[in-house]
Amino acid sequence: MIKVENLSKAFGSKLAVNDISFNLERGEVLGFLGPNGAGKSTTMRMVTGFIPPTAGKITVGGFDMLENPIPAKRQFGYLPENAPGYGDMTVQGFLNFSAELRGIQGDARRKAVNHAVELCFLESVMYQSIDTLSKGYKHRTCLAQSLIHDPAILILDEPTDGLDPNQKHEVRNLIKRMGENKAIVFSTHILEEVEATCSRVIIIDRGRIVANGTPQELKARSVYAGAVHLRAKGVPAAMLTEQLAQVRGAAKAEVIREYDGLVEARVYADKAAANPNLTRDVAEMAAQKHWEIDELHTEEGRLDEVFRSITLPDTVTEAA
Amino acid sequence: MNAWGGIKAIMKRELGGYFTSPIAYVFLVIFLLLTGFFTFTVGNFFERGEASLVSFFTWHPWLYLFLVPAVGMRLWSEERRLGTMELLLTMPIATWQAIVGKFLASWLFLALALLLTFPVVLTVNYLGDPDNGIIVAGYVGSLLLAGSYLAISCMTSALTRNQVISFILSVMICLFLILAGYTPVTDLLVRWANPVLVDVIAAFSVMTHFEGFQRGVLDARDTVFFLSVIGFALFTTGVIIRNQRAG
Repeated sequence: MIKVENLSKAFGSKLAVNDISFNLERGEVLGFLGPNGAGKSTTMRMVTGFIPPTAGKITVGGFDMLENPIPAKRQFGYLPENAPGYGDMTVQGFLNFSAELRGIQGDARRKAVNHAVELCFLESVMYQSIDTLSKGYKHRTCLAQSLIHDPAILILDEPTDGLDPNQKHEVRNLIKRMGENKAIVFSTHILEEVEATCSRVIIIDRGRIVANGTPQELKARSVYAGAVHLRAKGVPAAMLTEQLAQVRGAAKAEVIREYDGLVEARVYADKAAANPNLTRDVAEMAAQKHWEIDELHTEEGRLDEVFRSITLPDTVTEAA
Repeated sequence: MNAWGGIKAIMKRELGGYFTSPIAYVFLVIFLLLTGFFTFTVGNFFERGEASLVSFFTWHPWLYLFLVPAVGMRLWSEERRLGTMELLLTMPIATWQAIVGKFLASWLFLALALLLTFPVVLTVNYLGDPDNGIIVAGYVGSLLLAGSYLAISCMTSALTRNQVISFILSVMICLFLILAGYTPVTDLLVRWANPVLVDVIAAFSVMTHFEGFQRGVLDARDTVFFLSVIGFALFTTGVIIRNQRAG
């Protein structure tokens, strides 16, 4: 539904977005991740037709954004960064206005506004002016605006920014639910949000796509992916790690911490000599040596670690 | 949706915006007080002893000089400051529709202010027997004049997110458009400049073209002048907005 090809944007001599391409289909929730200033918002602004790209092609719902902007703009709802709104308008007035701009009139308009208000839990502030709303309500008012015409495509720039944990949870659920029959792309800094809602993740750094895959695929790139975490009682730490490092398929073993006679350790999986039974082998060794184990599990990998290793220049060179 | 639908939605919002904030009321009261003061006190309406609204219309270019930019300064700078411009321009409407919608809403508001000066028409009709044709022409001219200033304010407000800068810039441009054809200034210029040049400069002045309307002459050239100032300024607004988006 969204097709972006070789998109670039230069501000003066600074290249904010550098040759980005991606696709988004119905039923997908695409998470846009990246450090501040990576080019997430700039990309979204180009996809929504707010700023023209320096180079590249954008197709939204089958319409070329540059050649046919108005039909293209009909296809999506957009929540800009910081959720702007006209302060002097009431929530109802603002939603009516956005419905009218989208050509929804009369009875259909009333229904559309009520539906959006319901989805975003705005009933209690319907007649309040936007200036008087708390940040969370302001945000949801702008979100409601993007849903008013029940678009097939949603483009949300930091939809959970400034919300409290309950509201975050609600918005995430909303995105997930709507993602079943819409195409959604949203940007965020919050990694757990990506894991909870996205079917695909794109990580952008300094204007380039540095990773593109499912959250599981990305997590598998972590050094922690497939590692075995265990907690043993009454075993000397040095001996423990020395023994564990000899398990087949183990890259190395390290002590995480020691306390009250307990040792927590991690056995990293050697990705080259992948051993699918690493955890079982560790358990077997523990049984042979009669270690008292009170915790043992396989780690899935951590998105934050992957994110850091991809987007921090130092760790990238270190890994290379 | 046709082009008019989008313009109408924007007009409605913009007009609503004037009346939900105190701007509309403050403006209307000040406008009416000042027109009254200039017409009757400074313009010597009664002492003139003639049944005309010359003393009323003469002051409009000067009054509008400060009042119209005050109405127009927020049109685009406010959108930029609030960030709602991003919302507006990603809606399925063309930029020109937004520009025209905003302009028409403010022009309509100024027309309303002008309409509320009707007691002065009643007064002059009660006291004497004026040529109402001239008065109608004066109103048409005044409305076109206000529209020209407004379009210029619209343009300067697209330039900056700061309303004060937008206000000062448009006052300066409008002041130039007055002075270029203001008799005391042209008289001064004629002493050392080529009279043809002075005429050319004066042709760009709103004063030159407003005078005709005050005399009751509806000259197509004067109307075209004002409409082309409006057209040019609104077109420039579009260019400014497009350039800003391009970064």
